[in-house]
Order: sequence, then structure tokens, then C-alpha cells
Amino acid sequence: MRAIVSVVGKDRKGIIAEVCSLLAENGINILDISQTVMQDFFTMIMLIDTDGCDIPFADLGDRLTEKGEELALKIRIQREDIFNAMHRV
Amino acid sequence: MINRSDILSTIDMIDNQHLDIRTVTMGISLMDCADTDIHRCADKIYEKITKKAEHLVQTGCAIEKEFGIPIVNKRISVTPIALVAAACNTADYTPVALALDRAAKTCGVNFIGGFSALVQKGFTESDHHLIQSIPEALAATDFLCSSVNVASTRAGINMDAVRLMGETVKKTAELTKESGGMGCAKLVVFANAVEDNPFMAGAFHGVGEPECVINVGVSGPGVVYHALQSCKGKPFDTVAETIKKTAFKITRMGQLVAQEASKRLQVPFGIVDLSLAPTPAVGDSVARILEEMGLEVCGTHGTTAALALLNDAVKKGGVMASNHVGGLSGAFIPVSEDEGMIAAAKSGALHLDKLEAMTCVCSVGLDMIAIPGDTPASTISAIIADEAAIGVTNNKTTAVRVIPAPGKKIGDEIEFGGLLGSAPVMPVHPFSSETFIARGGRIPAPLNSLKN
Repeated sequence: MRAIVSVVGKDRKGIIAEVCSLLAENGINILDISQTVMQDFFTMIMLIDTDGCDIPFADLGDRLTEKGEELALKIRIQREDIFNAMHRV
Repeated sequence: MINRSDILSTIDMIDNQHLDIRTVTMGISLMDCADTDIHRCADKIYEKITKKAEHLVQTGCAIEKEFGIPIVNKRISVTPIALVAAACNTADYTPVALALDRAAKTCGVNFIGGFSALVQKGFTESDHHLIQSIPEALAATDFLCSSVNVASTRAGINMDAVRLMGETVKKTAELTKESGGMGCAKLVVFANAVEDNPFMAGAFHGVGEPECVINVGVSGPGVVYHALQSCKGKPFDTVAETIKKTAFKITRMGQLVAQEASKRLQVPFGIVDLSLAPTPAVGDSVARILEEMGLEVCGTHGTTAALALLNDAVKKGGVMASNHVGGLSGAFIPVSEDEGMIAAAKSGALHLDKLEAMTCVCSVGLDMIAIPGDTPASTISAIIADEAAIGVTNNKTTAVRVIPAPGKKIGDEIEFGGLLGSAPVMPVHPFSSETFIARGGRIPAPLNSLKN
């Protein structure tokens, strides 16, 4: 299954490294990354493949939320389908 | 990958504009639960609902988590109980009401609808029993919702039922006076009721429906309001286009969730209801959308036109986004559940008469309106008759859900809490409709040609 991980918040060093490590630890393959910083505001969107993930989707979501709290960022994971449904006819 | 600004706009809609799925409602047929013994009937009903809806809430929560979209309510609608309990050799249907309430609690849903009767053309004995049981049933339960259809375009208006429902609303308020007449917030009187409505308090599982079905109601007044902020001062063509596009996006999400829920629960998908349903939260109001179009306060001249545009654009945008559209599908204008409507009513800009005019061009009707506790039953019946006439003549669903707040006067406020919100007590006309309502009988079905 493909999903979108979005990371939004104040910029700091090592955000990408931290998030990518967490994903790698859980067997997740990153298919695409796009990231920008505007006026100290960090936004990263990742397209990932959860097929190799060794924990349930909901648990992965919880771990990402926890990591977000630790880094003072908002990290969430959502299935890609919701964005396709909304923005593609 | 999908455009990053599209991804961020979806996230912004969820985080800041109150985008959510308002309800995933499972419709369950109870036709096979009929029994001559009411307690056996109630047991069968409890068994069937708890079995069919066992995984409803849990599935809803799982979808919520995977898609990152809140599903605010998980609910159940059932076959009108006047049909199911018709075989029972007793007049008091409260045991069935209690069983429904218990089943709702076991399943973890927050409302169950279908303590209903369809009497547009006349009453069966069972319809009489059910209507007589409503006040007691609503007072004795927490999550049960009741509705009665008193009119239809094909049958006309059953004025005996209209009279009876005015009295029933009063009695329900009296029996639930401790909670400000809360029972009336769970009682709807319909004209042209639909069989697949997922929204409470008017949901029931119609006789033309399958054994079990999943219907979904979307929401998103906040998203529409936000989208309109980008077209300040622009002509109405632009306003309508913007609303259509927004409604399309909202509905596509509803369709996705509906299909996913249907697949996981192995229950057929019924419909997506395109309604714009407000909540008392700031930023989630239909009234504020109308004001964004240029009205100083909702309720002033121009409100009906603004609402007509909104309602039509929501349908046009939504209808292409779902393969089956149904339910009530339109903008809701419940006063107590809409922050902007509450403010407009308090400021004196919004009156019952204007609300009645608004119901001609939008979904449903006079909804969640608190009126003085000493309003005579005949006046409530007359309010119901007016709404029914609008629905019957215009081939649309209309409804009345008013709360004659016990002991409260104009200007007082009643608090229901949660999604039901709070309502200022609004004035009704002081002049009597007693003799009009006392006539009874039926108002014939209207002519549907020679339109003018």
C-alpha cells in the first residue's frame, strides 16, 4: 500500500534523518521526497510503500505521531487514496 | 506523486477547516424480528443489531486512522418500528425502544434511528401505538431517535397526524423537562421522508432498502466558507463555481470512505448524502457561508437567494463525485447546531418566518429551534402543517424539529451540549391556529402540473 507522510513545523537540523531512520527501522521504502523551508517553516512530503512494513499501519501512525511530538513537529501518515480521490478526476 | 499543494490543502482542510465525515450509518432491516410477544420481539431486535453492527465502530475508527480523516459519528438506522412491532399484541412499544437503546450502547454508536411511523395517508393501529409510545420512549432512552412522516407529495397531508404530532412534541418536552426538553431534539416530523437518510434524528431504514446497508453523510461548511474567502467581490458565477469544486472534493472523500467501510464490513454501499451539516464549532457554520456572500447577518433580505445558490451548487458539485447520491443531500440549517445561526437568532436578525422561507430552497426544514415552553400544541401542529405544505407542494423533503423548552421564555437559552449545541428561545406568532388544527382530515395531494 502507498501512503503519504507529511511533516510540518519549525525547521531544525536532522529532521529528514530522524524521520527516514524511523521509517527504515520499520522496513518502509521511500519512493519520493519533496521538501521546502519557507521563513523557518519546514514542510516535507514523502511518498512511501508500506508493503515491507513489519508493524500494523495504525501502530506506524502512532510511532510517527510520537516522533513528531519529540521533535515538536506535526508528522502524520495517510493512505495515498484520499489525495487521489480528492484531487484527481 | 500528487501535487504537494494538493496534499497540503487536504491537510489544511482537515486541521483548520473542520473537514470530516459526519456520519457512517449502518441501515439494518428488522422485518424478521416481528413477534406477537413484545419482549421476544425486543430480544430479537437486540440480537440482530448487535450482530450486524458488531464491528461498525471499530471499522470506522480504523478507517479514520488510515486515511487521517475524522469520522465524527457512527450510527445505526432500523426499519420503522411501527412496521416491526405491528404483530405485537400490546399497545406500549417502550420495551422495543429500550432494546434499541441498549443495542446502540453495546455497539458503541451515538444514535440509533427508526422509532418511526409512516402515516402520510392514514394510521394503522400499530402507527397509533408507536406515536403514543414516543414521549415515554424518548424519556426512557439516551440514544434513540424517532421520526414520523405525516405528508407526501403523492398522498397529501394527514392533518390528524399533524395534530397528534403537535401534542406528541409537547408531551415529549414535558417528560424530558429536566434536560430542557431534550427528547424533542430526537424527534422529527417529516413530509416526503427519505428511506436512506444517514443523518439523525430522522434516519430510518426504509422498506425498499436491502437487509443491511452503509450510508455516509459528508460535511464541510468550514471548507466552503474558506474557499469563498478567495472570491470576495466576485460575481455569483464565480461563487457557484467555487462551491461546486469544493463540494466535489468533499464528496469524493465521502465516497472513498463509504466504499472502504462497505468493503471491510461486507455490507453493500448505499448512498453518499451530500449535505452540508454544520456544528456549533466556530468555523463550521452554514450561516457564515451565507454571510461571506455579502449579507451582514444571516436572516436579512437576500438570505433565501444565497441559500438557494449554496444548496444547488453543493448538489451539482457533489453529484459527480459519487456513484450513488441520496439521503437528504442539501444544506442543513439547524439553529442550535450552527454557531452563525445562533448568533443571528440572538441578534434578532433571524426569525422563524425567515427560517421557514429558507426551508423552501434547502435541505430539510425547521430544525433544532427552541420555542417558548407555553406554546400551544395547536401552534406546533400549525408550524408542522406549514412545513409539510412546502415539502408536498415543492416535491422535497421538509421536517420540523422544534423544542418547546419547558418553563423557558423568549430570549432564554437552552443548552443541549455536544453536536446539538445551544439554542436561544425564539418567538412564535401569538395568534391561535386552534380551530384550523381541530378540523383534522387530510389535505389532498397537490396538482403537479399547471405550475405557477
